[in-house]
Order: sequence, then C-alpha cells, then structure tokens
Amino acid sequence: MANFYTDNEDLKFHLGHPLMQKIVALKERNFADAGKCDIAPRDFEDAMDNYDRVLDIVGEICGNVLAENAEGVDHEGPQVIDGRVKYATGTQQNHDVLTQAGLYGMSLPREYDGLNFPMVPYVMAAELVSRGDAGFANIWGLQDCAETIHEFASEDQKRRYLPRAAKGDTYAMDLTEPDAGSDLQSVQLKATYCEKSGKWYLNGVKRFITNGDAHISLVLARSEEGTHDGRGLSMFIYDKANGGMTVRRIENKLGIKGSPTCELVFKDAPAELVGERKLGLIKYVMSLMNGARLGVGAQSVGIAEAAYREGLKYAQERRQFGKAIIEFPAVYEMLANMEAKLQGARSILYETSRFVDMYKAYTHISNERSLNKEEREEMKKYQRLADIYTPMLKLFSSEYANQIAYDALQIHGGSGFMKDYPIERMVRDARITNIYEGTSQLQVVAAIRGVTTGQYAKYIREEYEKTEIRPEQEFVREILKGMTAVYEAAVARVTAVGDTEYVDFHARRLVEMAGYVIIGYLLLLDSQRDERFSKSAEIFVKYGQAKVAAHAAFINNFEYKDLGLYKK
Amino acid sequence: MKGLKIVVLAKQVPDTRNVGKDAMKADGTVNRAALPAIFNPEDLNALEQALRLKDMIEGTTVHILTMGPGRAAEIIREAMYRGADGGYLLSDRAFAGSDTLATSYALACALRNLEYDLIICGRQAIDGDTAQVGPQVAEKLNLPQVTYAESIDKCENGRLTIKRRLERGVEEVECPMPCVVTVNGSAAVCRPRNARFVMKYKYAKAAQEMQDAGEDYMQLLNERPYLKLTEWSVNDITCEAQELGLSGSPTKVKNIESVVFQAKEAKVLTPADADIDAMMKELITNHTIG
Repeated sequence: MANFYTDNEDLKFHLGHPLMQKIVALKERNFADAGKCDIAPRDFEDAMDNYDRVLDIVGEICGNVLAENAEGVDHEGPQVIDGRVKYATGTQQNHDVLTQAGLYGMSLPREYDGLNFPMVPYVMAAELVSRGDAGFANIWGLQDCAETIHEFASEDQKRRYLPRAAKGDTYAMDLTEPDAGSDLQSVQLKATYCEKSGKWYLNGVKRFITNGDAHISLVLARSEEGTHDGRGLSMFIYDKANGGMTVRRIENKLGIKGSPTCELVFKDAPAELVGERKLGLIKYVMSLMNGARLGVGAQSVGIAEAAYREGLKYAQERRQFGKAIIEFPAVYEMLANMEAKLQGARSILYETSRFVDMYKAYTHISNERSLNKEEREEMKKYQRLADIYTPMLKLFSSEYANQIAYDALQIHGGSGFMKDYPIERMVRDARITNIYEGTSQLQVVAAIRGVTTGQYAKYIREEYEKTEIRPEQEFVREILKGMTAVYEAAVARVTAVGDTEYVDFHARRLVEMAGYVIIGYLLLLDSQRDERFSKSAEIFVKYGQAKVAAHAAFINNFEYKDLGLYKK
Repeated sequence: MKGLKIVVLAKQVPDTRNVGKDAMKADGTVNRAALPAIFNPEDLNALEQALRLKDMIEGTTVHILTMGPGRAAEIIREAMYRGADGGYLLSDRAFAGSDTLATSYALACALRNLEYDLIICGRQAIDGDTAQVGPQVAEKLNLPQVTYAESIDKCENGRLTIKRRLERGVEEVECPMPCVVTVNGSAAVCRPRNARFVMKYKYAKAAQEMQDAGEDYMQLLNERPYLKLTEWSVNDITCEAQELGLSGSPTKVKNIESVVFQAKEAKVLTPADADIDAMMKELITNHTIG
C-alpha cells in the first residue's frame, strides 16, 4: 500500500511555504464562500487541511494504481480503431479511478464543479501523477486546457465546457502541424466562418497531438484568409461529439508510451471561437504554453523522484566486492548530486507555482473588481517573475530529470539496461521532457530576456540575498554572492559586444549561470525552514559554483571571431 | 424503480496484513496499539457493491452500521468519503468482548431500528476470519442470504441477481429482497475516496468524538446538521442484556500459538505414481490422514 504523498516529506514542506497564507486568502477571496458552499474552506487552516487530505488521495492512487499499471501501459500502449483512440487497459483504469476520486478540474472554481485549488497543490498532484506514470501525467495534466477556457472563453462556453472536466471528459491542445512545430506562426489548419449557419468549420491536419482524441480540444487555426503569420490565427473549442475529426494514426514513440500522440484530420468539423479573433497565438497559446511548461516541470520532477528512488534502492541492495555499492565514492557521489538536483528542481517548481498563483489570483480578482495600486503592482511583479521563472524551471527540471534518470540507470549497471527494472522506462520517459512544450533551446530563448534585462539579477540581489541565513550557513551565501558576481560579469562581457547572434550563442551558458545561483539560493532558503535541506544546499551550491566557473572560463576565453569556427 | 435502502455492515479491524513481532500480547489477545486500525478489506468490497447499486438505481441510499469504540466512527467517515450517505455507530461498554454470536445479536437488534431492502457485508473480517457474522445476522432477522458474492448484476422486481465465487467456479443465483449478502475479496475493489466528499464530510463526528468539541465546532454542526453521525448505545436498541458482550459470547480462546513455517519442511515430489504411493503411505503412517 504505497502512498506517494505521505512517503515524501518534501511535498508537505513546500505546501507549507509562508507565502501560501496569502495565496490561499486571495484564491478563496478571504473565505467568502464558507457559509454558502459546504466544500468551501472556512479559513486558512481548513483550506490547507483540504489540500493535505486531497493530496493524500492522489498519493494513494498514484502509488497503488498508476505505478502498478505503468509497466503494462508501457508495454500495451494505445491503439487506433476506426479513427478513434483506445487507451491501454491500465490507462483507462487510471483515468476512471482519478475521475471517481474527483481529481479533475482541481484548479477550476467551484461554480464549474472544480475544487478551486491554487496551483501549488495542483502542481503537486501533477508531480505525484508523473511519479506514478509519466505518460499518464499528460492525459491528466491536459485539464490545464480548462484553465485556458476559464480565462478566455465566454460565460456560456465556460458553463458548457468546464463542468465536463469533473465528469471525466478529457482535453487536448491541438497546436502542432507537420510544418508548424516550434514555429507555430506557420499553422495552416483552416477555420472558415459560415454566414448561413453562423458557425466556424475546421479543415486540415494536426500532428503530434497529445491525447488528440480528447472529448474537448482547443484548436489553433488560421481564421484570416490570406495571412501567413501569427496574427491570422485564432483559438477554437472543438467538441468531439459534433463529429468531423478522425485520428489517422498514433506515433510509435521512445517513451511516455501510454500517452497517445495523434495525427488528426479535420473535415468540416464544427467549432466555436474562443475569445477574440487573431489573438489565438499571441495571447491564448502563450497562456496555454505557460501552463503546459509548468506541467512539464511537475512531470520532470515526478520522473526524477521515481528515478532517484530506483537508483538509491538498487545502490543499497546491490552488493559487490563484499559491500553495498552505495558505499563506494563513485556511487554515493552520484546519488548525493542526484538528490541535490531533485530537491533543487522541486524547489524552483514550487517557487514558480507560487508566482503563477499570485498573479493568476489577482488576474481573476481584477475581473470581479478593480485592483488598488498596491495590488496592481503586486500582480505585475509576480507576472514578470512567473514569465522568467517558467522557462528557467522547464529548462532545469527537464534536463535534471534526464540526468537523474541516466545516472540512476548507470547505478544499476548491466541490469539497468534490461527490461527487468523500471529504470529503463523512466530514462525513456524523461527524454521527451526537454523537447516538448518548447525544447530546452527554446526555453533559453524565452529566459534570456530575464538575463539581458537584469531581472534575474535584480530578484537575486533584492530578495534572496537579503534573506536572513543561519550563521553556520553564511559561507554558502558567500559562495552564492561570488557566483552572482561571476554571472553578472559574464553577462556584461557578452552584451558589451552588442550583437544578438553573439548573445544567442552564449545564451544557454548565461541562463544556466543564473539558474545555478537561483536554485542554490532556493535550497539555502529551504534549509532555513528545515535543516534537512542544508546538505543538498551545500552540495548543489558547490556543484553550481564549478559549473558557473566553467561557463565563465569559456565566455572569457571566447572572442567574437570564434563564432566562425562553429558554423557549418 | 424506487431506490433501495442499503445497510452495509462494516468493521474497523487491526491491520493484520502487516503483522510484526508485537502483534500479540503475552496474554494471547491482539495488541491493538501496535496495529493500525483500518476498514476491514472485504467490507470495502461490500461497500463498492452497495455504491454500484446506488449508481444504478436512483434514490438508493447507503448507510454503514458498525459496532465498536468511538474511534470506529472513522469507518463511517471513510465510507462517506467514498459515497455512502451516512451511518450508525453502535457503541457501548456492554458490547465489549463480543464474539460472533453476540456481535450478530447486537447488529440484528440495531437493524430492527432501520428500514432496509439489502444488508450487505464482507465475507469475513481479517482479525477473526470466521465468516460467521453475516450469516448469523441473516438467521436472526429471518432473511434469505447469499454468501461469497462476487457481483450483484441485476436488481429487478424486488429480486437481486448475484454471482457467487465458489471453489470450483462461479454460480449465478437470484434472491428476493430484503436479504443479506456477504461479499468476497475477489469482488471489484472499492472506489477511491472522493475529494469533494472528503472536504464535505471530514468534520463529521459521532457523539463520543464530540466530547471535547469547542463552540466553534458546535456552530458548524448547527450549520451543517449532516455532520452529526448517529450513535446508538445499548439503550437505543431493544435487546436482552445477557445476550451481549462477554456474557453473550460462548467462544473462549484456549490458547494462541505462533506458528512459524520453515522451508525445510517442504518436500518436492514428481507426479510419478511411485512417488505419490510413497507419500500416501507416509501420511497414513504418521496419521496425518486416515
């Protein structure tokens, strides 16, 4: 009887962050619903108790159902039968059990049958689901689409489409096409308005669509004939019940095999416009993508947790040369670094989730009443932070999920290469996380703004650096201060050249340097609330210090003309 | 069809699936402090069958009846988290030390307070493994009973169609209601706790649990009367005192032995006639059989 929530104290620790007090009060509008609705929390403690109890259910299902089904799902996979997707047996069971447990629509308001949970506990549930079965985390996590509908659709659309989440209807976001992957401006799928019926109709092909045969899909389509860029694209809700869409094939993938990746054909499929025309890509997809990137962050941390545990368990059990292999420096160093990366990735995951919570709560409140000056400023502050932290989170957590899974397999030696242990599946599952919802390279493109505008440095200097630290850990802060100085010098050196290609060339190094400082600080701050983290804080900061020095050395020894060496 | 009134008999039991060295006390009784208290697993299977009928037939209600100390109210909450409508806690010192006969007597007396179409329970509890309480309740209430049920497939014209899991296969039977059904562990697993029900019912309490409740809680109870779980003492049911508890329990535990199986006791035989003959002779000689 495994429970993935109660067996991991780190989750309760992050749930208990001091900022939660404010987040919950905003999300619950100072507990105004308490007398009106019997599932509305009465105060902060009541709300936190709800999150704790519900995560306990999530943890139990993930440990006992999802994790148990994962191997079978990986083996069986989904199929296409007569243009429709049939999930693997275990996938269907996972979905049914989570529906029965009322775990869809977690972040939606109660009036749409949601639980009105903030992002922090919702993201925590996503992490748990991913630890159980990373592929299933996609199907479950696509309830994010409901969040986008909630934000941008009309009241009538919200009433019709949102409560369906709680009933077990699934969602998909149909963006990618054969010629529009990272470059979504090239989307071709056509949306035509019929004056006679007053409806929109979709025609064209979508590719690589996760859970493409969902009940409700958000489809990015070209509504403005003759346009060729992002400004001609609008967002549509497509309801499968209305027909017009078939699944042509599903991809045969390296990992996350339980998650059906579909090629879809739309033929005169009736659809509804969401929000305003022409804002599809520039506004609504950006919102969807930010949600999805947070989701991949959670998925990555979930995989990393599962893989780390496999590695640790094997290292403790496996004996060679008369002792457990964990007693050898080569192995215990690997495990200590894996744990530090895992805890660091989790820390930036929940830091980002809190930023998203703060600005989203204010955004929704601003639709109900006008915000005062202080609130408006706070909303902007957190929106900016969410914008620069989301790509940083996605970059680090997905790369670390891969590194941790890789090292965990390495610890297994030859056995890890066999199908006998779950670690080989986790290695395969991890591989997609730094590719989809924007590759690591594209996260760098999104994050570099935070570097060049000095936003990361500002937050590091003004928030993290000023926090009170226990005297015996002061030396860790000194290392971090040194790293910050090296980082800022490198940024100055690169930007001084005054050439965007040059900045782009070094962008990943610069973003990573900022990331090492930020994650180092986050672990240091975590260890102020719980000494358990001081070991990881020290290990991570020492590791990051060396990484920052290496990047700095590369940049300092690099000249503009060297770019030529790298070009084909 | 009009909704059914279903009562699920459930028991809070020590989790004997994870028995450690300290599971038994020196005097041969169960050391309850060392074992976490859980919902008896087969009673959860029974609850699932009840909830499926509730899903199938509109207006159906599912209530739990459990006998035990105040903390057994947790069983009622656990059932409500999964979709039950409420429950009754039968709790009194007079019930202490009941064996199956006294337990089924007390439960039957409590059931006479209730209206029901179906009484359903797990085949047996993991602490005693007797499988006697369900059938005894049926006998005392003079109701037909179906044991070893694996699924209740139909409910038509006041009759249930039930699959029974037997040693050599599956049997399908029909039974008129009201009746008692006992459910096997091989039946469908119980649905998970539901997030909304947990948030709604987490403050539900039986009278014994309310003793230390503050003003704040009493006000909540006023706003949400459904949070009050019904609790019955011996005075709330019609019964004969000598039939209850220890005095109503003919079962006496003579002694308890800890049996440790050892691998060396195993013997591998080939399916050849000679081997089987030799084994039969050995078993007859040492009086294992015959």
